[in-house]
Amino acid sequence: MIHRYTLDGLHIVVDVCSGSVHLVDEVAYDIIGLYDQGAVRGEIVRAMLEKYAGRPDVTEEDLEDCCDDVEELQRTGKLFAPDVFEPIAGALKDKSAGVVKALCLHVAHTCNLNCSYCFASQGKYHGDRAVMSFEVGKQALDFLMDHSGSRTNLEVDFFGGEPLMNWDVVKDLVRYARSVEKERGKNFRFTLTTNGMLIDDEVIDFANREMHNVVLSLDGRKEIHDRCRVDYAGEGSWERIVPKFQKFVQAREGKEYYMRGTFTHANPDFLKDIQCMLDLGFTQLSMEPVVCAPGDPAALTEEDLPVVLEQYEELARLMAKRRKEGRPFTFYHYMLDLSGGPCVYKRVSGCGSGTEYMAVTPWGDLYPCHQFVGEEKYKLGDVWQGVTAPAIQAEFAQCNVYARPECRDCWARLYCSGGCAANAYHATGAITGVYEQGCELFRKRMECAIALEAARTLEEA
Amino acid sequence: MKRIKTLETRNLCDSAKTGGCGECQTSCQSACKTSCGIANQQCE
Repeated sequence: MIHRYTLDGLHIVVDVCSGSVHLVDEVAYDIIGLYDQGAVRGEIVRAMLEKYAGRPDVTEEDLEDCCDDVEELQRTGKLFAPDVFEPIAGALKDKSAGVVKALCLHVAHTCNLNCSYCFASQGKYHGDRAVMSFEVGKQALDFLMDHSGSRTNLEVDFFGGEPLMNWDVVKDLVRYARSVEKERGKNFRFTLTTNGMLIDDEVIDFANREMHNVVLSLDGRKEIHDRCRVDYAGEGSWERIVPKFQKFVQAREGKEYYMRGTFTHANPDFLKDIQCMLDLGFTQLSMEPVVCAPGDPAALTEEDLPVVLEQYEELARLMAKRRKEGRPFTFYHYMLDLSGGPCVYKRVSGCGSGTEYMAVTPWGDLYPCHQFVGEEKYKLGDVWQGVTAPAIQAEFAQCNVYARPECRDCWARLYCSGGCAANAYHATGAITGVYEQGCELFRKRMECAIALEAARTLEEA
Repeated sequence: MKRIKTLETRNLCDSAKTGGCGECQTSCQSACKTSCGIANQQCE
C-alpha cells in the first residue's frame, strides 16, 4: 500500500509497510500512481508520452528508466511492500506480558484552576478531592519496579489535577526512587505536568535537577488561554503563569520541556497561538485539538476542520521558514525521525495503556491510563494486589492496529498504531472504536511532518 | 534523469528482526497526554 500526496510543490510517495519515503517529480508521481492502479509497463509509458507530449525531457528511454527504478524499489521492498505484520501484532505484548514500565501518578485530585474544558472535571475525575500520600506513592513505585521485568528505563509522570498542590510528596517520591534505582538496576525518568500557578524558585531548581521533561500548560494568546483556564474566582491565569514559565524554561538550559496547549472551537486558527508562544521565547511546543463530547461548546465542529487542516499546513511552512532563518522550533506532532523511529513491534502494538502503562489514583487504584480514571468499570486493580481484573487488561492487550477494521485501509496506521484507546472510547463507546475526527487531523499532521523531513533532506543535499 | 529520491528511513521489515526490546519511551509520557504520538517517538 502506498500514499501519494503533494504539498507545497513536493511530490511525496509513502510506502506504508516498509516505512520508505520517496521524493519524486510529477512524472514519477504519475508513473507510481499507474503502477498502483495495476497498469502494465507498456500502458504506462504510452500514457506518459501522451500526457507529457510537450516536454523534451520526457522521452521513451527516460520513462523506461523511471519504470526500471520503480520496479527496482519494488524488488528491494521499498515500494508496494506487503503488510506482513499482523502475525506479530501481539508479539511485543505477549513477550512482555505482566511487565509494567510506566506509571502516571495522580498525586493530586484537586486543582487551583477551574478550566472549562478539563477532561478530568477540574482535577477531581468525577470523584472527591484527594491527594496521594507518600505511602501510596512509594507502594506505586515499588509495584513498578517489582513488575518491570528486565526493563531498565522506568517512566513516572507526576500528574493531576495539579501536582504542585502535593509538591512535598512529589519530592519525597523522587528521592525514594533515586535512593533505590541503582541497586534495583533501574533508571527513572520523571515528568511533571503543571498549570504553573505554584511554580517558584524552589520548584524550578528541583524540577530542573530531577525532571527529565516538564509539560507546561499554556494555550497561547492571552484572550484564548484566559477564556478556558481560569481560577475559581473566574480570573484568567495567563498573566500569572507566563513569567513563571519563562523563568522555568530559561533555567532548564536546554533540557526537555513542552509548552502544551489545547485548541478548541474558539481558536481553530491555533497558529496564532503558536506564534504567541514563539514571541514569548518558547521553542518546544505541543498544541493539541480538544477531545470532548460532540455537543460540548469547546468541541471542534465540521466547519472548523478545514481551518484546522490549513493551519497545520501553515505551521509546516512556518517551521521550514524559521529553520532556514536559523530560528528553528519543535512541534511535538511534527517530530519524525525517519531513520530512527520506532520499530514495527511498537508501531503495531499501540501505546501500551492498560498493559505496560497505567495510571495510579491518590488512593492507589490502577487504571489503564489517566483518561480512564474515574471510569469504575475500567479499574484494573491496585498497587498492593496488582492487576485483579485480567479480563480488562486482556481487552487492552488486544487493542492494536489490526483490532480496528477501519484501520486496514488507512495509510497512516503504522504511524498512529491504531490511535488512542481513550479517545476512541469517549467518541464511540469502545476502546477499539475509531475517532474519525482525530484520524483526519492525524493524517494531515503526518503528511506535514513527512513533507518537512523531505524538505530538510533537499536543503541538506 | 533520476526522478525518484528515496529518503533514508528505518526499514520496518528489518526492524521486525532487530526491534522489540521495549525500552523506548511510552508515548503518553511525552508531551501530548491526549493524542497518541507513537510515530513521534524514537528508538531507544
